[in-house]
Amino acid sequence: METAQKLNDTAQTNPAARMAQEPETMNQRIPYPERTIGKPLCDDPKMSMRNVDVFYGDSQAIYGVDLDIGKNEVIALIGPSGCGKSTFLRCLNRMNDTIDICKVKGSFMLEQDNIYDPKLDVVELRARVGMVFQKPNPFPKSIYENVAYGPRLHGLANKKFELDEIVENSLRKAGLWDEVKDRLDQPGTGLSGGQQQRLCIARSIAVSPEVVLMDEPCSALDPIATAKIEELIDELSGQYTIAIVTHSMQQAARVSQRTAYFHLGRLIEVNDTNTVFTAPEHALTEAYITGRFG
Amino acid sequence: MSKTTEQVRKSLKARYSSEKRFRAFGITAVAFGLLAVVVLFTDIISKGTSAFVETYIQLEINWDPEELGIDDPTDPDQINVADYDALIKAALRERFPEVEGRLDRRALYQLASSGAGFKLRDQLVANPDLLGTIQTQWILADDDVDIFIKADAEERQSKRLPEVARPWVEALERDGQTDIQWNASFFSHGDSREPEQAGVWAAVTGSFFTMIVTLVLAFPIGVAAAVYLEEFAPKNRFTDFIEVNINNLAAVPSIIFGLLGLAIFINLFGLPRSVPLVGGLVLTLMTLPTIIISARASIKSVPPSIREAALGMGASRMQMVMHHVLPLAMPGMLTGAIIGMAQALGETAPLLMIGMVAFIVDIPGGPLDASTVLPVQIYLWADSPEASFVALTSAAIMVLLAFLITMNTLAVLLRKRLERRW
Repeated sequence: METAQKLNDTAQTNPAARMAQEPETMNQRIPYPERTIGKPLCDDPKMSMRNVDVFYGDSQAIYGVDLDIGKNEVIALIGPSGCGKSTFLRCLNRMNDTIDICKVKGSFMLEQDNIYDPKLDVVELRARVGMVFQKPNPFPKSIYENVAYGPRLHGLANKKFELDEIVENSLRKAGLWDEVKDRLDQPGTGLSGGQQQRLCIARSIAVSPEVVLMDEPCSALDPIATAKIEELIDELSGQYTIAIVTHSMQQAARVSQRTAYFHLGRLIEVNDTNTVFTAPEHALTEAYITGRFG
Repeated sequence: MSKTTEQVRKSLKARYSSEKRFRAFGITAVAFGLLAVVVLFTDIISKGTSAFVETYIQLEINWDPEELGIDDPTDPDQINVADYDALIKAALRERFPEVEGRLDRRALYQLASSGAGFKLRDQLVANPDLLGTIQTQWILADDDVDIFIKADAEERQSKRLPEVARPWVEALERDGQTDIQWNASFFSHGDSREPEQAGVWAAVTGSFFTMIVTLVLAFPIGVAAAVYLEEFAPKNRFTDFIEVNINNLAAVPSIIFGLLGLAIFINLFGLPRSVPLVGGLVLTLMTLPTIIISARASIKSVPPSIREAALGMGASRMQMVMHHVLPLAMPGMLTGAIIGMAQALGETAPLLMIGMVAFIVDIPGGPLDASTVLPVQIYLWADSPEASFVALTSAAIMVLLAFLITMNTLAVLLRKRLERRW
């Protein structure tokens, strides 16, 4: 009851928590597990997070999450709105640094490096951990300039032909090359929504990151564009480690190898995607994937 | 018919009429504004156009060395100090031999502008061979003659030209010895006590230098302050305090800035009075709040998704601002700068405090020469007693408006170039 009371309090100050009020009746009936159920840890992690707590001002958004992201796997983060999955994702390349009131605790390791080490340059981190946002946000520049921005910023290409090569390769990987090769000098914002999102993916893989974070990349797209992005994620999965936040359980089931279920700031269950969707172990997970709330 | 439909039909009528009423209000407001502009422009143009031309009278000039007091034509000193007014007086006596008596003669001599002699000197300096010849010359007329000639027959009674001189001017006019010509000196001379010699060019260059100083200081400082406050400054009480103060500064009466400039720039730093540099500094203080506020607004309007995209790609904050935020905010910032500069161009009060109200005859050569500015020149002329200054005032207002329109057109063109349409 005390937890429920606390959540109620935070709900008044934190819009994200307010969104999550609907399933409140559920929490009261189904208790949280003592520890995350399933297999939150891997043998060969690319990134490993321990005891993660995130606060927005006085309200806590994430409670003690432990999670590993394996090498070259696609992990889907699912859960009802306001459950902290996007917040968690944004911690992984320190995008939360830009929010003044956001405080992050816990350990975040990218292979051997501590992400929140004050000595680690956030510029270097973001070159290694790229991000694709919910709304396609190409720069108001040409298609070419959009993709070339990262390599230029980090000095990855010194000569024009090297840059051309990177741009072409990235656009090819993003499945956009054939559609835009004749109009690279046209504004990136002139493309359709799905193309824009693939351009954003091309832009983030142009710097050859080790991890790509995707925050609901398809929520603003129609089904056909969504299908293309999913196909793309599938193709990229062998070469990159991908963490994707999604609202669509079908999407999680289609693209990911592992699925993590968040509920009101807690990581309830992590398992192979198949297991989560066919035989969820925890009652909250089951309630969510069967559509009883969320 | 259902009850809802019935209710809706009833309310529709009221809705339509209120819509119509609102539209009528809008049209009235716009019409009133347009009318005011039209009245203003017709008034200024009808009063001011006559100042763009001025009256000349034709006289037979006898370049008599004796009259001039020159015995050695090769001596430049003699040519410089010679009495050219005597030539004009002699020519006037020649034209109207019947005029006798000291008072009448004096009235006769006043037909020509007191500055007409300088023109003759320039001619002689350029061409010393004129000495000893007789030439027909167009001589600049006095402003009273000018007004009299420009007026209609029935209006002439009320003009200031002395009663005794009227038949002479009418005689000149009858014989085709008066002419109205383009007033080139208006665009090339500085101020003068004689309206027919007064020009606006000193004020235009003064305004130009003042605006340059203002732009060079206010725009970079304003943009830098806005970028810092918007993108880098921590949000705390101190920055809130600064923000409130900037907003307050925008509402401070401009004459206060003049007092500040007098106290700090002139008294404390010992900068010279009446110079465009100090004027520009004072106007910079005055326009800074406007530029900062509008620049902050346009920085705020850059979508946060662009910032996230840049940061997500690993750009530093500085790179994010330089590569993305500033280029996108630049058109809005320029709009703010236009408003601020237009305000500064029309400002009189603070400049009075730092001595830019002085009577300046020479064209300033740089921001450290004593000068005046257009609005102050207009103020000075509007205050002068001679009737001809009325026309000059309106003409100067037209020049000020033209200056303003040119400045704004340049800024709009620049903004169009920078604006990204995607």
